Amino acid sequence: MAIIEVIDVKKVYNPDEIPVEALRGVNLQIEPGEFTAIVGPSGSGKSTLLNIIGGLDSPTRGKILIGGRDISEMKESQLIDFRLNNIGFVFQSYNLIPVLTAIENVAFIMELQNVSKKERNQRAMELLEEVGIAEQYNRRPSQLSGGQQQRVAVARALASRPKFILADEPTANLDSVSTSNLLDMMAEMNEKEKATFIFSTHDQRVIDKAKRIITLEDGIIVSDVVKSNLTHVSE
Amino acid sequence: MYSKLAWRNIWRNKRRTLITLASISFAVFFAAIMQSMQFGSYGRMIDNAVRFYTGFIQVHHSGYWDEKSLDKSMPERKEMIDSLRRIQSVQEVVPRLESFALASYQDKTKGTMVVGIDPEAENNLTRIKDKLIDGNFLTNEKEAVLLSEGLAEYLKIGIGDTLVMLGQGYHGASAVGKFPVEGILKFPIPDLNNQSVYMPLKTSQWFYAAEGRLTAIAFVLNNADEVEGVMQEVTAKLNLDEYEVMDWRSMMPELIQQIELDYVSGKIILYILYAIIGFGMFGTFLMMTSERSYEFGIMVAIGMRRFKMQLTILLEMILLGLSGVIVGIILSLPIIIWFHYNPILMTGDYAKAFENFGIEPIVPFSMDPSLFLNQGIVVLIMSLILGIYPVYYIQRFIVTKALRK
Repeated sequence: MAIIEVIDVKKVYNPDEIPVEALRGVNLQIEPGEFTAIVGPSGSGKSTLLNIIGGLDSPTRGKILIGGRDISEMKESQLIDFRLNNIGFVFQSYNLIPVLTAIENVAFIMELQNVSKKERNQRAMELLEEVGIAEQYNRRPSQLSGGQQQRVAVARALASRPKFILADEPTANLDSVSTSNLLDMMAEMNEKEKATFIFSTHDQRVIDKAKRIITLEDGIIVSDVVKSNLTHVSE
Repeated sequence: MYSKLAWRNIWRNKRRTLITLASISFAVFFAAIMQSMQFGSYGRMIDNAVRFYTGFIQVHHSGYWDEKSLDKSMPERKEMIDSLRRIQSVQEVVPRLESFALASYQDKTKGTMVVGIDPEAENNLTRIKDKLIDGNFLTNEKEAVLLSEGLAEYLKIGIGDTLVMLGQGYHGASAVGKFPVEGILKFPIPDLNNQSVYMPLKTSQWFYAAEGRLTAIAFVLNNADEVEGVMQEVTAKLNLDEYEVMDWRSMMPELIQQIELDYVSGKIILYILYAIIGFGMFGTFLMMTSERSYEFGIMVAIGMRRFKMQLTILLEMILLGLSGVIVGIILSLPIIIWFHYNPILMTGDYAKAFENFGIEPIVPFSMDPSLFLNQGIVVLIMSLILGIYPVYYIQRFIVTKALRK
């Protein structure tokens, strides 16, 4: 069963002034354990689609079902709790809380879930070990490189045991070595933990690593390719 | 975690925080010192007036206060005085007979204020024994007088000399008498120092032909906070058609007005200081809010409820404000403590101005804890009011827009 179902989603910005159609009827299904890249030129609607899937923005029309629940009908407070318990986020950059250390950043999300201090510190440390940054657990983001920060962000995204992780241009500010290391690490998490990753990206290295590539242009999906068997999923 | 987050957020821009803290501390420092000085001098004024003269409460015959005449005196009723003395919080009940008389010695004569007192009871109220600079204190048994230093100097009279007194007694009777000078008193207030004559109550009643009569019964209490409660009890015990009960405020309206006037002018300066704090804090909060909009977006995106963020930022403001208050108070404390125990002695024209109001020319600083507590409360309230902006911002910001910044 699909964990994400995007059903005929349309998004229009400034509907009362100069309407801009960011998404024009998108249909999409994501299965558990996917490692999917949403690609397309700037303005194609990648980030809008990711925001809508993540419940950060609401569609003008259509439905988003996450685990069978329609999140487009939820109130903001419900959405915040839903995101906390179901969705992990990795943003482009500077997405850690600057005044908290690496381990505190990871543990923070579990504190929001009311996990006990002992359990959250233990899990945060385990996750930092998994993403290969355990030695820097007590450093603040400003004391970490961009690649290290993104590893912490991935650990944080996994900390709440989400159904899937949305990563918006996660490699945009990384050098090639950091990008490669981060992607290897995320691919490993996908293989080992069966964590579902959905990227929006321009980065060819991410596209190369992805198992499924969805291409958006002018707010519609123009191709959807699963690499392992080179199946065309939709138009 | 939230308090840790708040505390660390305060220090993410150390220089800005230090500048804000300095402005709050500076204002609190001056506000505390200024208020300490003000309240200290008010306390001294009240203490002077209450301790030297009126007591906290007085009972008179109805109408006496408006027309201070022996004809408006009241009978000295022992059972009534005993009953008043039994009221809780009343330390002492002090009977007095006060009037005026001419005092002469050799070729000098001067108008004087004559106060007939129960020496021991009076001493409990005014500590008058401490003012004795020469001779002996009064006893109920000896028909003698104490003179204030200024009056004795004017009359050129000394201990053992005989003072001749002439005045008008009760119901127009002549009041004439000769009294040996038993001691000299020195008062810091010129009015008292230049014209006071103290004699035992019985002697004054004989002198004024007012046997068994009093003009006032003054009350000694532990402190001013007890006035209201004691007033109620005294009022309940007396027939108000016959007696009037007055507290020190109603007996000294000029003093209260003077304090209030001074307090208002102090308030204006205080408001200016608080405005300095307010602008400093608001500027900081404005910057803290605007530079963190992306971070707020991230936090809401990952699942932090807005009200938790609002609480965190309010906590930041309160911590910052109260830190400034604590630093300001710590800085002001040594100065306040020093001047509390070593009051400023006024000299020259300032001293004269004080004396003209009947106040000792010294300014002790108050160490009333409410002074410091008030600073904390004001800054706390300001933090909460100024916190409306970031709280509103957090409530209203759009996550996707914040994440684009």
